[in-house]
Amino acid sequence: MHIIENGNVAAALGVKLCHANVIAAYPITPQTPLTEKLSEYVEAGEMKAEYIPVESEHSALAVCIAASSAGARSFTATSANGLLYMHEQVQWAAGARLPIVMCVVNRAIGAPWNVWNDQQDSISQRDTGWIQMYCCDHQQIIDSVIKAYWLAEKVSIPIMVCYDGYILSHTYMPFDVPDQEKVDAFLPPFRPDYALNPEEPANLNTVTLPDVRMDVHGDLAHGYMEIRYLLHEEMRTSLTTAAEGEKRFADIFGRGGDPYLEPYLCDDAQYVAVGLGSLTYQLRVSIDALRKEGIKLGVMGVRFYRPFPDVALANALKGKKGVIVFEKALSYGYEGALVSDLKSALYEHLAGTGALPSVQNFIAGIGGRDIRTDDLTQTLRAATKSRVAKEPVWIGLKI
Amino acid sequence: MGTRNYRRKTSHSEPGPGDGGRTGSWRVERPVLDKSLCIPCKRNTEACFICWLFCPDVVISRTVPPKIDLEYCKGCGICAEECPTKAITMVDEAGFPEEDKDKE
Repeated sequence: MHIIENGNVAAALGVKLCHANVIAAYPITPQTPLTEKLSEYVEAGEMKAEYIPVESEHSALAVCIAASSAGARSFTATSANGLLYMHEQVQWAAGARLPIVMCVVNRAIGAPWNVWNDQQDSISQRDTGWIQMYCCDHQQIIDSVIKAYWLAEKVSIPIMVCYDGYILSHTYMPFDVPDQEKVDAFLPPFRPDYALNPEEPANLNTVTLPDVRMDVHGDLAHGYMEIRYLLHEEMRTSLTTAAEGEKRFADIFGRGGDPYLEPYLCDDAQYVAVGLGSLTYQLRVSIDALRKEGIKLGVMGVRFYRPFPDVALANALKGKKGVIVFEKALSYGYEGALVSDLKSALYEHLAGTGALPSVQNFIAGIGGRDIRTDDLTQTLRAATKSRVAKEPVWIGLKI
Repeated sequence: MGTRNYRRKTSHSEPGPGDGGRTGSWRVERPVLDKSLCIPCKRNTEACFICWLFCPDVVISRTVPPKIDLEYCKGCGICAEECPTKAITMVDEAGFPEEDKDKE
């Protein structure tokens, strides 16, 4: 059924369709309407879930960790400083291999205090061991939540579903709400290998020694290093699992495609703009305008940031003249995190082939600074003519 | 994953002695029982067992005399602290011969 709603409601509907058992969240702008909507569903009896109000984001994720350990499908959502406040638990959830899904409604982080959109919050959580998916519109938000539960439970790795605050969370767009029967066919009930249970007591994630050891059954048990290695390895192989999930989703719901990337006019493009989230849809407008001027440009949205789809990106950008990376976040003291990862992938897979594109980096929309489509168009036009001297370049900076 | 036969991919253990490793090597001081002061030993009957009750690592047996499993005793000293007759004293490990480390 097609409805017109905002992005937070799209996320809430996705969580409802997935029959999350436990929801624990602390309100923070611009995530608040999402958790409010979920509490309404629970209160009205539309959703048979335990909604646990907590006093902080740290507690919100701690509740989800406990609930997930007990075999409950768990959900939380946050933004900006709330995400940073739960950072310790974020790492814990990944090490404990709990398939929690969390929406991150992207917002700038303080100081100075700011409630508007950029992506510094989720980008700063890149190395926590969570899978990160980025959405470009409301359909992707609701679909990504459903896909995220399937993938998280398949690979036992938690997933952040990230979407831009206000630009997606508070704007209204038409999107299809999938039928419950189809979601139930796509997403089997959560059945973990082990769930906390007084009949079968266990210690989870207690002190784990540097080396491997024999457990009480005489079986070999991992040391800390093996457990962390497995998280990395299974994160890498989850790229393949995500592709299976995407195909399964497309078979049942009739939409989907490339699980990692979202190319627009990239096939014959000489230059490709790359970004995360809604900005890549805005860039399409500039691409269309510049194509009329005869400049062969395309734009590539990166849907998975971790695990990083390095092979897919290198293949897609092979032989292009230039890649122009737009980011709403950066690794202070160097450049955007995405551009660093992208250059690493291109070097790894294309160095010495003669097909290595030049790469430029632009920072835009920090702290909600308005990104004018005209500015993007001018930036792209200039970037295809000559290489800028000092990178990254901040678009719209008044200094 | 390689050829080693691991049971699980997460940190998961079950209640039992030494599941966190042979923690006896952590010990700096060793609990030593003076049977002439120990209530169950003196009465030759199952009694008291405060040490057994308080040991956080479940390494003291509920027997006459109580036995302390030094392979897993971390030497925390709670048994010595709780013993109502001061029958357990904590003695510096350095004073015991090396080959005697895990023996009662």
